Amino acid sequence: MKDIAELLRQHPFTTELENEIIELIAGCASNVVFQANDYIFREGGDADHFHLIRHGTVALEMKGPGRDPLSFLTIKDGDMLGSNWLLPPYRWSFDARAVELTRAVAFEATCLRAKCEADHHVGYEMMKCFVPPLLERLQMARFQAADIYGA
Amino acid sequence: MLPRFLPVQRRIRETADVLSLIAEPPEGEKLPVFLPGQFNMLYAFGVGEVPISISGDPGERGRLVHTIRDVGAVSHALLQLKRNEPLGIRGPFGKPWPLDQARGADILLIAGGIGLAPLRPVIYHLLAQRHSYGRIALLYGARSPADLLYHRELERWRRVPDFQVRVTVDHAGRDWLGDVGVVTRLLPKINLDPADTVVMLCGPEIMIRFSTQALLDMGMNTQQLYVSMERNMQCATGSCGHCQFGPHFICKDGPVFRYDRVEALLKRDEI
Repeated sequence: MKDIAELLRQHPFTTELENEIIELIAGCASNVVFQANDYIFREGGDADHFHLIRHGTVALEMKGPGRDPLSFLTIKDGDMLGSNWLLPPYRWSFDARAVELTRAVAFEATCLRAKCEADHHVGYEMMKCFVPPLLERLQMARFQAADIYGA
Repeated sequence: MLPRFLPVQRRIRETADVLSLIAEPPEGEKLPVFLPGQFNMLYAFGVGEVPISISGDPGERGRLVHTIRDVGAVSHALLQLKRNEPLGIRGPFGKPWPLDQARGADILLIAGGIGLAPLRPVIYHLLAQRHSYGRIALLYGARSPADLLYHRELERWRRVPDFQVRVTVDHAGRDWLGDVGVVTRLLPKINLDPADTVVMLCGPEIMIRFSTQALLDMGMNTQQLYVSMERNMQCATGSCGHCQFGPHFICKDGPVFRYDRVEALLKRDEI
């Protein structure tokens, strides 16, 4: 069985990180498995983890009164799940539900934040990993808001 | 050029606001040959005329299929036509998709919303001439699962060996097990050779702009990309000027353009 550091070296999200940083952050990580329809986190809950998806599909969902949950993004193999742990108030703003059996690496947020705070180089390198998918998702949200297919 | 009138034989409800109208000529009359990507001007009596891409099988000579979205007075009138009522047709017009030039290459089709309709004849052609092309893939984005065109065919195409079909929607309920997100997120999931791929894109202009950028970022060049453009077309013969797009007339020089011919124009406002 591969150790966590090896999994991180192979994951697209962390593959560019220096080996020393991977070894360091691996200490905050563990392997997790979610069954189909398991909630990985719920809106309003404490954002105390984030996940790197290895295999599977996770639906990000919002709920409204009198209507079924609405999925606005699916997260798949190689993607990062969850960024609310980065900044206060560390609270999830949507639900994340496994659509199928999903394997991921879970990071304990307090542990990772402490390592980033202790060594800002680690924090900066981690931020460089997070910003591209965050910008991509922001752009996607703009397209969805513009309702480009309906225009 | 006067419209020819063909009786509507069948109406197929595709989505809440999209229908396919199938028209057939009376026995003994022939239909003009069309090429994938071409369009007809469809005439609704007393209301007006609109350009609509031909969405049927180019190998099927006995009928014409147009997939129409209910977006204005003319399209609304067309969608009220019942079986055996006459549909006015002029055409076919315009430049087709580059299927001859693309022989031997991998083919990537990217469609958004109603933009799958002008690409469906390409799919029929590719499947009929499968040996002439490399790997083929279709990436299709729509607003929601209820807005997807050609549900049954999408399912059928998914089962075709060596035809990668990926569909994504902007939002979905729990009954949707596919992807949710913009169409460019599907690009890393497909298996094609970027250096030897011809891409055909059809959809909203915003989608064309961000998709072409994503393809260029993958290492493709502007001469591998073809886009279908849409503007207000009236005469369809390059005479009236309504569809002028810089130095081009969309009706005559398009609607399909190699991307390098329109790239600069797409980045300019108010063209």
